[in-house]
Amino acid sequence: MRDICKSFHGIHANRDINLHVKSGEILGLLGENGAGKTTLMNILYGLYQPDSGQIKINGSPIRISNPVESITHGIGMVHQHFMLIQNHSVLENIALGYKDTPFFFPKVKLRKRVEEFSKQFDFKMDLDQRVWQLSAGEQQRIEIIKALLNGADLLILDEPTSVLTPVEIKELISILRQMKAEGHMIIFISHKLDEIMDICDRVTVLQKGQIVGHADTADTDKKALARMMVGRDVVFNIDKEKLTPGKRILSVQDIHVTGDKGMPAVKGISFELFENEIFGIAGVAGNGQRELAEAITGIRKINSGSVWMNGKDITNKSPRHIYDNGVSHVPEERIRFGIAPGLFLYDNAILKQHHLKKFSKRYFLKYSQVKNHTKTIISDFKVATHSINNQIRNLSGGNIQKLILGREISEQPRLLVASHPTYGLDVGATQFLREHLLELRKQGSSVLLFSEDLEEIFALCDRVAVIFAGEFMGILNSDDKRLSDIGLMMAGSKESVSI
Amino acid sequence: MIKITTSDRYNITPLRSLMTNVFSLAAGLLVVSMIFLVAGVNPFYAISEIFLGSFGSFYGLKETLTKAIPLILIGAGLTLAFRAKFWNIGAEGQLLMGAIFSTWTGLTFGESLPPYLIVPLMFLSGFIGGALWGIIPAILKIKYSINEVISTLMLNYICADFLTMLIVGPWKGNTRFGFPGTNNLPESAILGVIPGSRIHYSTLILAIICAIILCVVVYKTRFGYETRVVGENPDAGKYAGINFLKTSLIIMAISGGLAGFAGVGEIAGIHHYLGYPASISSGYGFTAIIVAWLAKLNPLYAIISGIFFAGILVGGDAIQISLGLPAATVEIVNGTLLIFLIMGDYFLNNTLNIRFSTK
Repeated sequence: MRDICKSFHGIHANRDINLHVKSGEILGLLGENGAGKTTLMNILYGLYQPDSGQIKINGSPIRISNPVESITHGIGMVHQHFMLIQNHSVLENIALGYKDTPFFFPKVKLRKRVEEFSKQFDFKMDLDQRVWQLSAGEQQRIEIIKALLNGADLLILDEPTSVLTPVEIKELISILRQMKAEGHMIIFISHKLDEIMDICDRVTVLQKGQIVGHADTADTDKKALARMMVGRDVVFNIDKEKLTPGKRILSVQDIHVTGDKGMPAVKGISFELFENEIFGIAGVAGNGQRELAEAITGIRKINSGSVWMNGKDITNKSPRHIYDNGVSHVPEERIRFGIAPGLFLYDNAILKQHHLKKFSKRYFLKYSQVKNHTKTIISDFKVATHSINNQIRNLSGGNIQKLILGREISEQPRLLVASHPTYGLDVGATQFLREHLLELRKQGSSVLLFSEDLEEIFALCDRVAVIFAGEFMGILNSDDKRLSDIGLMMAGSKESVSI
Repeated sequence: MIKITTSDRYNITPLRSLMTNVFSLAAGLLVVSMIFLVAGVNPFYAISEIFLGSFGSFYGLKETLTKAIPLILIGAGLTLAFRAKFWNIGAEGQLLMGAIFSTWTGLTFGESLPPYLIVPLMFLSGFIGGALWGIIPAILKIKYSINEVISTLMLNYICADFLTMLIVGPWKGNTRFGFPGTNNLPESAILGVIPGSRIHYSTLILAIICAIILCVVVYKTRFGYETRVVGENPDAGKYAGINFLKTSLIIMAISGGLAGFAGVGEIAGIHHYLGYPASISSGYGFTAIIVAWLAKLNPLYAIISGIFFAGILVGGDAIQISLGLPAATVEIVNGTLLIFLIMGDYFLNNTLNIRFSTK
């Protein structure tokens, strides 16, 4: 791939990317979430068209305008989320994606082919089982078979291990090694350093859409890669006042939460939060942060363990009950949870507060107060809109974010649960928001800050916990020596955590 | 090669919204014209007959207003349910349940109570009947995630057959020889009409009041706010701490209850006894879906669109007589117009980009 560029709405997702893979090689693609790994692979697979640049196979330039063309060029992809039909059997799913499937009696002919293949790679699976009965690892294997049957020389695996159990990961790795031995090329996308070091021959590190480094895994170590991925040496930034923590506000005790895919997402996390404190949770996205935040704010069920707010048990209480106990929430998936897109700005400005006395009288909403409140948020948080009588879906992501932040902060919560609050904000707004969070802290509230942005975590937090695979790798004070290893902890390296 | 892509339209002005509706109706009428043409009828003549038959004559106008009553009531109720994205296709059954409940009240207490007591009682029981029939699918949906389109639709049939069973069996009137039906309601339970017409004015007034109140409910109250949030984005509703079960139950109680009101009106205002389902309601529960849609889910506009569609129903009857077309013609007209209105909505919310590429 040469000079690939791709931008969405003026934001560069990929810029001047050059990448090459040799046969019989596993290339690791490493980067934080949003670094542009998946975009790049979607271009290669034909799901997106590059704005500029060229793709060459065996030296000759090709144009891939859809996945069917990429399959004929020998490129296969296993997506992070499987594209299988749950109610069909394994064989039927394979037949569906296979280019030579005969129209009549497809299963008979295919069964032999698939069985040969399974033997070759030592796959054990029952072809007549329905897909929904299978584990994630088995489903992934179907995807791999599908790609191989279609003659894929180059197989792209997008975060293949994120849904697998440790045993399944081992099996996957042995399959990949065997494929490599037979001359296949593999591009392995991950943000987990251990796997990259274990599986890949070479690594390319992406950061903010650009390549920031190449390395042979033989010549490098995890520490160097972590630094490349995070892009900076850790600098600690103290321009906030020293405040002594006050009374305990939130106490989370050994909670377990299940994620969307039915896998445990939060595994026994405990921590406490005090007045005048910002507690940061650092980690690469998808390690249980979202589930943890949703569990605390009442959107997601807690399987075991308990959450206490100001000495009151709020475990599995309704979101409104928890809000009334002083917990505000800036959700990670803002469009999904934070707004009602077709409603006006002023409707959205009171999404969680509309039941408060301030805005409603008996059964009626006090729209004049609501509108004034909205105007205050808009001017305080500099939301760019021509009018408050505007559907919120007309606003850009950053402006929606500002409105949500304004809504959640303006009510002086005792605890603000903020997931990636500055994501998508410009520099000015980011600065403004950070000051607001520090202001909350000064007034005796506490903030639970989820962020992937280490700079932000270090600038704001009094204590930092690093989360990986649903567990805390450790809780660090702002003067802890281990802070320099935070990149490694985020990648799940346990040995550096040992004290 | 022509490549067509769509993207969201952001600047939807009221004028554009109005013009979309006008164009959709015009396009729908164009297709309807073709159907007439196939049937060997001059489409201009047929369409002009429809509108002359409904709005062009004194008799037609009276009939139009009569049929507008149930359409306004049900249509207004449906706007609420549809706003919450609760696809209530069961207004027909809810209407019939209202009719059953109010007939029972009328027959049981009608003789002994004066009109000013029995009429409100009948409306109350009709509301309860419709509301109960509306609440069932709401419980099924929230508690057991059963698709409300299926459940409301099927409940229509259950109710219609239940009603038939009543009138051929236990409720069969002793004055009706030969054909099924209950006895006539007593005098005191019968609604007054505007002299020389079938317009039962008390139901008409009730319909208009309900539409106005619902409009206030949707746009000014907390409940209306929660309804709109749930409809726009259920996840945001959850995040905002809205109680889904409670909200859905109230929405469907209102939506079903208003259909129940319509059932009361049909029984006490027009038929005066409970007869076959098809004679009580000529598909008002389904036509009202279009009424609600054309009203852009605003209860107040349901008054206007209710009258408009009542006109089409009456006009359909008129062409049936004057042109000798089958009775189903008017359903074809209605269905075609609904499809075009829904398509129009798509083009209102999306823009098309057509590109000609060289490949």
